[in-house]
Amino acid sequence: MAEKKVFFKSLKDLPKEDFFVQGHRACPGCGETIAVRLIMKAVGPNCIVITPTGCLEVVSSPYPYTSWAVPWYHVAFENAAAVASGVEAGLKALMRKGKLEKKRIHVIAIAGDGGTADIGLQALSGALERGHDFLYVCLDNEAYMNTGIQRSGSTPYGAWTTTSAVGKIMPGKLQWKKNVPAIAAAHDIPYVATACPAYPLDLVNKAKKAVEIDGPAYLHVLTPCVPGWRIPSNLSIKIARLAVQTGIFPLYEVEDGRLHVTVKVPKRKHVKEYLKLQGRFAHLTDGEIEKIQKRVDMESEKLGLGPRET
Amino acid sequence: MAKRIAIECSHAISLAAKLANVDVVAAYPITPQTHIVEKLSEYVADGELDAEYINVESEHSAMSACIGASAVGARVFTATAGQGLALMHEMLFIAAGNRLPIVMAVANRSLSPNLNIWGDQSDMMASKDCGWIQIYAENAQEVFDFTLQAFKIAEDERVMLPVAINFDGFYVTHVIEPIIALDQEEVKKFLPPRKIPSYALHPDHPTTWGPIGLPDVQTELKRQLEEALRNSKTVIKEVWKEFGDMFGRYYDFFEPYRLEDAEIAILMMGGHCGTARIAVDRLREKGEKVGLIKLRLFRPFPDEELIKLTKNLKVLAIVDKAFSPGGLGGPVFTEVKALFYNQKIKPEIVGFIAGLGGRDIRVDEFMVAVERAKKALMGEKIDKGFMFLQVRE
Repeated sequence: MAEKKVFFKSLKDLPKEDFFVQGHRACPGCGETIAVRLIMKAVGPNCIVITPTGCLEVVSSPYPYTSWAVPWYHVAFENAAAVASGVEAGLKALMRKGKLEKKRIHVIAIAGDGGTADIGLQALSGALERGHDFLYVCLDNEAYMNTGIQRSGSTPYGAWTTTSAVGKIMPGKLQWKKNVPAIAAAHDIPYVATACPAYPLDLVNKAKKAVEIDGPAYLHVLTPCVPGWRIPSNLSIKIARLAVQTGIFPLYEVEDGRLHVTVKVPKRKHVKEYLKLQGRFAHLTDGEIEKIQKRVDMESEKLGLGPRET
Repeated sequence: MAKRIAIECSHAISLAAKLANVDVVAAYPITPQTHIVEKLSEYVADGELDAEYINVESEHSAMSACIGASAVGARVFTATAGQGLALMHEMLFIAAGNRLPIVMAVANRSLSPNLNIWGDQSDMMASKDCGWIQIYAENAQEVFDFTLQAFKIAEDERVMLPVAINFDGFYVTHVIEPIIALDQEEVKKFLPPRKIPSYALHPDHPTTWGPIGLPDVQTELKRQLEEALRNSKTVIKEVWKEFGDMFGRYYDFFEPYRLEDAEIAILMMGGHCGTARIAVDRLREKGEKVGLIKLRLFRPFPDEELIKLTKNLKVLAIVDKAFSPGGLGGPVFTEVKALFYNQKIKPEIVGFIAGLGGRDIRVDEFMVAVERAKKALMGEKIDKGFMFLQVRE
């Protein structure tokens, strides 16, 4: 078992300074920007951030304004990991050849689930396999929210989106969510973790650990989306917490191939506690909810999470 | 000291990239380009070139990685062809729009279908509007010299644009030719290391790159790119002059051949100019006043220079190795026609599409083109002004 290192004992240990700053145009209650602000506090200013096309890019960079107090580059949708590869290789070569002062500069790609699970998966896989020293963060709001709530490979079973419509014969998305952290871990990279802004201390410690590790690291963060999940803006953190407490989104780390759960859930809540608060699941029948519960039970057992609350 | 060596054209590019001391190479294999990146891999493996060699998983990622590396200030090189260039298409515009001085060799190859690994210029022409400086080479000496010059042109503060060096797949890429190769000391004098710009991505001076641009800024951004490309002509001329003064090989946007008293000229780009010269010689033997204009620079297009060069011509027979289906002819042909539309004095301009998918253009076929162009001048026009030269019907 790798040494368990705690970088921040409480949120008070985080720097007061922000590197993802106010003034961006995200919706009130946006889970994504809360997560990014925390991640950036954990990582600090000594980094270069690559963001593909998506909500985060659009809300944080309307020319001539920016919310980025660190060097930041948006290139396109499907290639954050490839651009990050080039940034990392460029810095490495320039430092080795004495053209840039030698120091560790963290290279971080921060993408959405569309840019990760779907269109960006090839570039991500390539970069992980090549072993670049970088952190890839997927902010998973479970659909293409920037273009208006379209289904992605990361959208969960049964969810309504504008392209997995709920109609007379179709009950929303028909397929299960793609397990991207498992795909990342299958590359045998040094560090893979899941996190969510409802457990901020867990999130910042994972982000810090991920950038400190040599080689590629992957951090998958569940980030509730107010308009996309059809939720009130004051409930996004609560819902993120329920995703963990129901076992729907377990928080774990995979280090050197070994998985361990970082936020224990001794008694799992029923998935309906999570589903019922969200308009995107409002149409689900009891039968469909039970189908989801069964799937979560099976996954939870694999991870060694606790039994369901009775 | 410069020395005369025999080298495969592809390897001449690799050698030039090595002598340019590139910092990052992003490589993906595709015929007929692969020899370039194979040789670079050997250089890196032998410690002859100190570069990060990124074995990307696609050409799209090749250009994406080049973009990232160039944005931190590295000197960056890649090479591609055909389908690979098509896959890069989206990224080409971003490399140019973000003003990144990437140098890329394009071993021109036909686009599918059918799967065809052989040469024509339809790959680059499908991306001609990407905002890159686009140079076409005929032989190993040109690709070697153009590659070295390309870094200097691209990285000039007045330019800051990517450069594509085009050379025909197989007809040029795989041919072994003699060249005068420069040594490291000579190249160092001509091409110092890239100066890392003050705005490069670095935590010491944070900058935001590639933001979302609303309609109120997009026009200005595009217009700046147009200006940069137009202005690059001056720098290209300067760099080519400096290179000539240092090493004795002078280049221009055109290479005219037996043009002095010519009434008819073939105009084309790339490797088939060699065959066209033989056709010109044969026709000259018959007393025809024929010449050749080899066009080296497609973007920015040398407009006023071409008007000046062709002022005594009666007929321009333009041979394109690419075309726009349903359009008005080959890309060089339509460009030149548009250029002359507002000119009071203009030659008869006739277009020929030939050499597609690696089909050779023979000497006699060039002669047929000249003959047909002459007829057009006498009033026997070709429908829409252009025709396919080699179709079996």
